Amino acid sequence: MNRLAPSRAVRWIIAIVVGAFFAIPMLSTLLYTFRDGDGFSLVHWAALLDPAKTAAYAPIWAGLGNSLVLAAVTVVLVLVLLAPTMILVHLRFPRMRSAFESLVLLPISIPAIVLVVGLAPIYQQIGRALGTGAWTLAFAYGITVLPFAYRAIQASIDAVDIRTLSEAARSLGAGWGTVVLRVIAPNLRSGLLAASLISVAVVLGEFTIASLLNRQVFQTALVVVKNSDAYAASVFTLLALAFAFALLIVIGLAGRARTGKDRS
Amino acid sequence: MTTLTTEGELSRERPSAPDGTEHPAPPRRGASRVAAWLGLAPFAAYIVAFLALPTGLALASGFVDSAGALTFDNLAALGDPVILATFGNSAWLSLLTAVLGAVTGALVCYALLGVPETGTVRTAVDAAAGVFAQFGGVMLAFAFIATIGLKGVVTQLLLAAGIDIFAGGPWIYELPGLILPYVFFQIPLMVITFMPALSGLKPQWAEANLTLGGTRASFWLRIGIPVLAPSFLACTLLLFANAFSSYATAAALASQGSQIVPLQIRTALTSETVLGRENLAGALALGMIVVVGVVMWLYTLIQRQAARWQR
Amino acid sequence: MTTAPLTARALPRTAENSLLADAGTGTRVEFRGIVKDYGATRVLHGLDLDIAPGEFVSLLGPSGCGKTTALRVLAGLEHAHAGAVLLGGTDVSAVPTNRRDIGMVFQSYSLFPHLRVVDNTAFGLLRRKVARAEARRRALDALALVGLDHLADRFPHQLSGGQQQRVALARALVTEPRVLLLDEPLSALDAKVRVQLRDEIRRIQLRLGITTVFVTHDQEEALAVSDRIAVMQAGRIEQIGTPEELYRSPATPGVAAFVGLSSLVPGVADGATVTVWGQSLPIGGDAVTGDVEVFIRPENVRLVSAGGVEAIVQESTFLGSFRRTLVRTLDGAMVRVQHAASERVEYDDRVRIAIDPVPVSVRPRA
Repeated sequence: MNRLAPSRAVRWIIAIVVGAFFAIPMLSTLLYTFRDGDGFSLVHWAALLDPAKTAAYAPIWAGLGNSLVLAAVTVVLVLVLLAPTMILVHLRFPRMRSAFESLVLLPISIPAIVLVVGLAPIYQQIGRALGTGAWTLAFAYGITVLPFAYRAIQASIDAVDIRTLSEAARSLGAGWGTVVLRVIAPNLRSGLLAASLISVAVVLGEFTIASLLNRQVFQTALVVVKNSDAYAASVFTLLALAFAFALLIVIGLAGRARTGKDRS
Repeated sequence: MTTLTTEGELSRERPSAPDGTEHPAPPRRGASRVAAWLGLAPFAAYIVAFLALPTGLALASGFVDSAGALTFDNLAALGDPVILATFGNSAWLSLLTAVLGAVTGALVCYALLGVPETGTVRTAVDAAAGVFAQFGGVMLAFAFIATIGLKGVVTQLLLAAGIDIFAGGPWIYELPGLILPYVFFQIPLMVITFMPALSGLKPQWAEANLTLGGTRASFWLRIGIPVLAPSFLACTLLLFANAFSSYATAAALASQGSQIVPLQIRTALTSETVLGRENLAGALALGMIVVVGVVMWLYTLIQRQAARWQR
Repeated sequence: MTTAPLTARALPRTAENSLLADAGTGTRVEFRGIVKDYGATRVLHGLDLDIAPGEFVSLLGPSGCGKTTALRVLAGLEHAHAGAVLLGGTDVSAVPTNRRDIGMVFQSYSLFPHLRVVDNTAFGLLRRKVARAEARRRALDALALVGLDHLADRFPHQLSGGQQQRVALARALVTEPRVLLLDEPLSALDAKVRVQLRDEIRRIQLRLGITTVFVTHDQEEALAVSDRIAVMQAGRIEQIGTPEELYRSPATPGVAAFVGLSSLVPGVADGATVTVWGQSLPIGGDAVTGDVEVFIRPENVRLVSAGGVEAIVQESTFLGSFRRTLVRTLDGAMVRVQHAASERVEYDDRVRIAIDPVPVSVRPRA
C-alpha cells in the first residue's frame, strides 16, 4: 500500500462525510419518486408503463429516441473522422501532436453556451439543407465530445506501437485500408470502445446546445416534462444517472482488464 | 474515410535493379506526403465548420448591429452595471465553488491513495465521478430540487423538525441555490483531474524524507504540498472555468432570470433586444471567452511547469 | 567461509572542507538473526552480518535474494519479524527511520523536484535544526566533495542521471550519518557513468571513513569497490569475504556461478581432487566423490600447442587488452578461455586447451 496514504480511520471519515453529501440528494430523489400523497408507493414508477399516461411521457420517449440517434451518429463521427485522423497524425505528422492536442482540447475553453451563439446561424442553413431533425445536432456534438474521445483514443495509441505494426503489415504487402481496419483498429479496440461509450454518455447528458437550438433531446424533454409531472422527471433522472454510471463502470472494467493483461 | 496514402505505393517500392539504376525518389515521396496532407482535410474541414466558424461568428456578432454595420455599441454594453453585476456573480459563484470543490476533491483523492488502484472501490468512485462531473447538468438540478426544493425531501424533514430553510425566500431558485449543485459536480471533476498528480508523488520522496530525519507531518509541509501546489492551483483554475461556463444546471433551476453570464446569453438569444441592443449575445460571448480563455491559458502554463517536476 | 572484519580506519583530518574536517572513524553495524516475511514467503532467513566501523560491504545477489530487503530493514523502512539491528552496539530495531541517523541513496532519483540542488542537499541539516546559513555552507561543502558545487542553484530536472545521484550522495552524507546505505544507486545509469561514479563513491567513502552497505546485482561493481562482499541467495548469505577470496575460492557453486565468468565442465572427483580431461585439479572446499561439474575460470585456461585437450573455436571476442574465446571440446563441453590479444583465433580453428592447477569449485552432476 502507498506509504503516503492516510490511515484507515481518516479514509473512513472522509468517505462518510463526502459520501453523505453525494448520497443525500440521490436518496432524496429516490424517496421523492416514492411519494404518494402523504404516504409512499411505487405509483410513479408504475406509471412509466401505464398506457394511459403515454401522452404525458411522449416527449421523454421522443427526446430519448432522438438522443440515442444522436449518440449513434456522434459515435460514427468519432470513429470515422477523429480516430483515423489521430492515427494519421501519429504516423505521419508526429511533430504536430501537441498542436493537434491543443486544438482538440479547445472545446474545453470554448464553452457550449458561447459556441451555440455562433451555431445558431449555421444551423439555420443546415435546417434549410438537411431539415430540422434533431440528428443534425450530431455535428455540433462531435465537437463537444472531442476532448473526451481524444483522451481515450490517445491513451490506446500511446500504449500500442502502431508505427511498428503498420510498418510490419506494409512490409507484408498490406494496403493502407487493410492496415487501418485489420491491424491498427483491433489493437486500439479498448480506446475506441471507451471513446464511444464516453461519447454516448456526453450526448445523452447534453442540454445547452439542444435547448438553445430548439431541438428536442432527452435532457430538454426532461425539463419540459418536469413542469407537468415532476415525479416522472425524477424517475427518469435516476434511470439516466444509473445508466451512465453503468456505462462508465464498463469502461473502467475494460481498462482494468487491459492493464491486467499487460502485467501477465 | 480518410486515406493515408495512395494505394499501390508498395508496388513501387521495389529495390533498385542490380545494375544500380535508381528510381526517381522525390516525386514518389512527394505524392505520398500530399496524400497524407489530404488525409487531414476532412477533419480540418469539420473543425473549421463546427468549431472555428461558430466561434468566429459568435465573437464577430458582438461587433455588428441588426443592420449588419460595424459597431462597438454591444461591447460598450459590457460596461453596463447590470452586465458587470452578472459577470461579478458568475465570478464569485465560480470562485467559491471552485475552492470548495478543490479542497474537498483533494481530500477525496488523498483518501483514495489508500485504496488499490485496480480495485472495486476505485473503479466505482471513478465511474461515479465521471457521471456527476460531466453528465449531470439538468439532472443534478432536479435532484437538488427533489432534495432541498420547496417541496423537497430534506426540506420537509427539516420543516417537521421545526426549521424552515425558505423562511427568507425561495433562494434555491436564485443565485445561492446554485452553490450546492455546482459543488456537486466540482468535487468529482477535481477528483478526476487531481488524482494523477497526487498519485505521482513518489514514495521515494517519503522514504528519503524519513532517512533525512523528517516526519510524516514535515513531509507534507515541506515536500508533498509544495510539489502538489502547482497542480492543485491548475485544477482549481479548471474548476473555475468549468463553473463559469456551466449552463444546464442554472437553466434548469432558474427558468427565468439571468443572474449569471450564461443565463444572460440565453436571455439575449431568446429575446430581440436586451438593454436596447441587439447582438448582445455576441458581446457576452466575447466577454465569456476572454475570461475562460485567460483562465485556461494560465492552467496550461502551470500544468506544464508541474509536469517538468514530475519527470 | 567468513573472515575476520577489518580493523577501523583512521582518517586524515583537514580544514579545507567541513565534511572532511569532522570525518570520524565510523560505526559498527550488526544484523542479528533478521527474519522477514512477505505474506507467505520468507525473504530473509535469520540474517547474521557483522560490519566493522568504516568498512565498505556489498550485498551481492540476483533479484529476489533479499539484499534490498536487508538494507531496508537496516534503514528502518521495513520491519523484521525477528532479530535485531545494531548500530554502534545499540539495538535500534525499535527506533524509527528518521531517528536512526543514517544516510541513504535510492536507486531511482529521490531528489525533491521543487528544491534546488543546494536546498535538497541541506534538507537533512534543516530537519536537525541547523541554522540556514550554516546548513547552506555545509551543503556546498558536500557538493564540492562530489564535484557539483557549481550546479548548486539548479533544479533536479536540469541534471543528468549521474549528477542527480551525486547530489543524492551529497545529501545523504552532509548530515554525517553513522552509516551510509546505497540501494543499487548505479543501476539506472549508463555504463560509463556507472564506472566513474562507483569509483567516486569509494574514494569519498575512504576519505570519510563512513561504514557503508552497498546493494548491487552487478558482480563487477561489487568486486571493484568493496572491502568485503556478502553473496546472497534466497534470503541467506552464501559466502562473505574479500573480493579476492570470493573470486579465488568460491565456497559454493552458487557463488562461483555468480562471481566471475566460469565455465562448467564435467569431471570425476575422488575426495580432494577432481580429474578433468586427464588433468588432476585440487578441489577448493569440502571433499566430494563421484561425477561432478567443475567451475573453471577463463583466466585459468590457456591455449597450448601440445598436451591438454582438443577443442574447436566457436567464437572469439577482442576485448582490448585480452581476448575471450569460447571453445567446444570434443565431448561437447563449452569452455571460456581468456588469453593474450595477440593470439588470434577464428571460428572453426582447432586448438588445444589446458587448465591451470589451481583449486576449483565443484558441484555434483544432477
